[in-house]
Amino acid sequence: MTSFPEAARIALGDSQLRHNLRNATTTIRDKRARVVAEVPDWDELREAGRAIKADVMRRLDEYLLQFEESVQAAGGQVHWARDGAEANAIVLDVARAHDVTEVVKVKSLTTDEIGLNEALAAGGVHAIETDFAELILQLDGDWPSHILVPAIHRNRSEIRDLFMRTIADGRELSDDPRELADTARLYLREKFLDAKVGVSGANFGIAETGTLVVVESEGNGRMCTTLPPVLVTVLGIEKLLPTFADLEVFLQLLPRSSTGERMNPYTSLWTGVTIGDGPQEFHVVLLDNGRTRVLSDQVGRQALHCIRCSACLNVCPVYRRTGGHAYGSVYPGPIGAILTPQLRGVANAKSLPYASSLCGACYEVCPVKIDIPSVLLHLRAQTEKDVAERIAMRSLARIFGNVRLYEWAQRLARAGEGPARRVPGPLASWTQTRDLKPFAKETFREWWSRERGA
Amino acid sequence: MNEARDEILARTRAAIREGTPPDPLARAYRTTGVVDDPGRVALLGERLLDYRARVEHTTATALRDLLDEIARGDRIGVPRGLPETWRPANSVEDDGLSTHELDALDGVITGCTVAIAETGTLVLAGGEMEGRRALTLVPDVHICVVRTDQIVETVPEAFAALLGREHRPLTFVSGPSATSDIELERVEGVHGPRTLIVVIVKEAS
Repeated sequence: MTSFPEAARIALGDSQLRHNLRNATTTIRDKRARVVAEVPDWDELREAGRAIKADVMRRLDEYLLQFEESVQAAGGQVHWARDGAEANAIVLDVARAHDVTEVVKVKSLTTDEIGLNEALAAGGVHAIETDFAELILQLDGDWPSHILVPAIHRNRSEIRDLFMRTIADGRELSDDPRELADTARLYLREKFLDAKVGVSGANFGIAETGTLVVVESEGNGRMCTTLPPVLVTVLGIEKLLPTFADLEVFLQLLPRSSTGERMNPYTSLWTGVTIGDGPQEFHVVLLDNGRTRVLSDQVGRQALHCIRCSACLNVCPVYRRTGGHAYGSVYPGPIGAILTPQLRGVANAKSLPYASSLCGACYEVCPVKIDIPSVLLHLRAQTEKDVAERIAMRSLARIFGNVRLYEWAQRLARAGEGPARRVPGPLASWTQTRDLKPFAKETFREWWSRERGA
Repeated sequence: MNEARDEILARTRAAIREGTPPDPLARAYRTTGVVDDPGRVALLGERLLDYRARVEHTTATALRDLLDEIARGDRIGVPRGLPETWRPANSVEDDGLSTHELDALDGVITGCTVAIAETGTLVLAGGEMEGRRALTLVPDVHICVVRTDQIVETVPEAFAALLGREHRPLTFVSGPSATSDIELERVEGVHGPRTLIVVIVKEAS
């Protein structure tokens, strides 16, 4: 993948993008702060959220089996997928079994992660994205830049032009958001009413009952999970919660952290198949795709606690300037900087752990208390350093570990110090963006032995 | 695909074999409310208005007239278990209407199972007076009748009230459908009902 600094440079040159981002992130950040402040037990809820997720990770094998049994008992079918290709094949098989060329789909990061739409298209099945922003991006061949507001980088006149080119059926549109939303409603309504197969992700899966939960705003999630006779849900294995009652914690944490609302407009919960209500055939695909690798790292594991609220994006000084595309992954921002390298292997995303100033704002707003700065440092330690830096660090370690070497090196540095404030040669990148500080004329130790020494 | 299942379980077990047991789970958050009955009713109304829902207060005896007035003779869908006295003149009972038939309705009237004041949320649990999920989804206007004794203050209280209904299809509704995807400007009504009317009925004591 393109390294973060390279991709970020392009984003930073786009002043429209930076303007949109600043606007959007500031607005959501302030809304979040207001609704969080009115909850007297916010810290207790965060702590409960963290502890529940830690328990899920520690006993994930048991919860997976319990979830499988519960779903089957309720009339659903459970599939397991080691990677994206296996999951995509399962979904394609279901679509083919019902002989459809179109499925309606609700926005899901997990299915974006495994490239489900592309895989279905290759198999002759068109997945219609029904989330308003996702529809915009799909119509334009673009991809999301924010977890929650995927088209945050698009303004209303761009959307108007796009709709007139694609779904407006020759009608003239204004750039009024109301009219644009109505255009999407009209276009998608027929699709929903006639859909045979729906595809979704899920925010949570309950081990105790086999219940799946989709949290949303527009109603397209309800449409996709209710109207088609057949439903397939792709669920990352880390999304489980032990009990139904645990939702009382997460349904308080998620909406306030995410959209800054006390509660999102619609949350749908369903368990297997209910006769006379909703899909009569239900499949859930349990997806690994690198998650067990993340699980095996006891420090990095907490990245799997993420409930995808995107609060960390909105407060991050790096994300707020570069936007989501620079992270080269469906998981942008601080959470992406720790999740992507672990899912793909650090060697495949080695610039991401450095895409942070370690200011800690992400940790502070995280509703499940993921210590993102610590995980970033932990991952930085695993990235491969270049040879010169490695040799320099090793020598420094030796010098710092021996008092005589240390004092000798200080004298040497002072003697060899020139007027230049830059380090030459292979270590030049250290001083590309900062000046080398001058060495002290006299060290503390020298002063001490001169003044107080024997 | 039993091979994939076995391998994922084996990888999971290998990944968590080492490490400390998780800390005991502390549920120190609020599980009960503190507001009195009238306060709870007022709070629910206020929070729903915040979402730009329409809120009406009435009594059991005046309910029928109010529902007739709201329905204005439109074709209103109702679930099978909805009491006669809640049905406006031109109501259509949902006896398995197709999606297109549902789309042709002007609105729908239902009850709910529990309402959460603090978050302005109505919980539909597929009961006799709530109907199946499609009924409250496809028509453009949802009129939901809430009895004051169904209103709780906090989210945990609602989950306590849902005990025994975990396996039913559940929908949490907090205001009309909405999107803020265009420059973060909120627009009510994308795919779900664009109008939500909540009728709060004071119980006869």
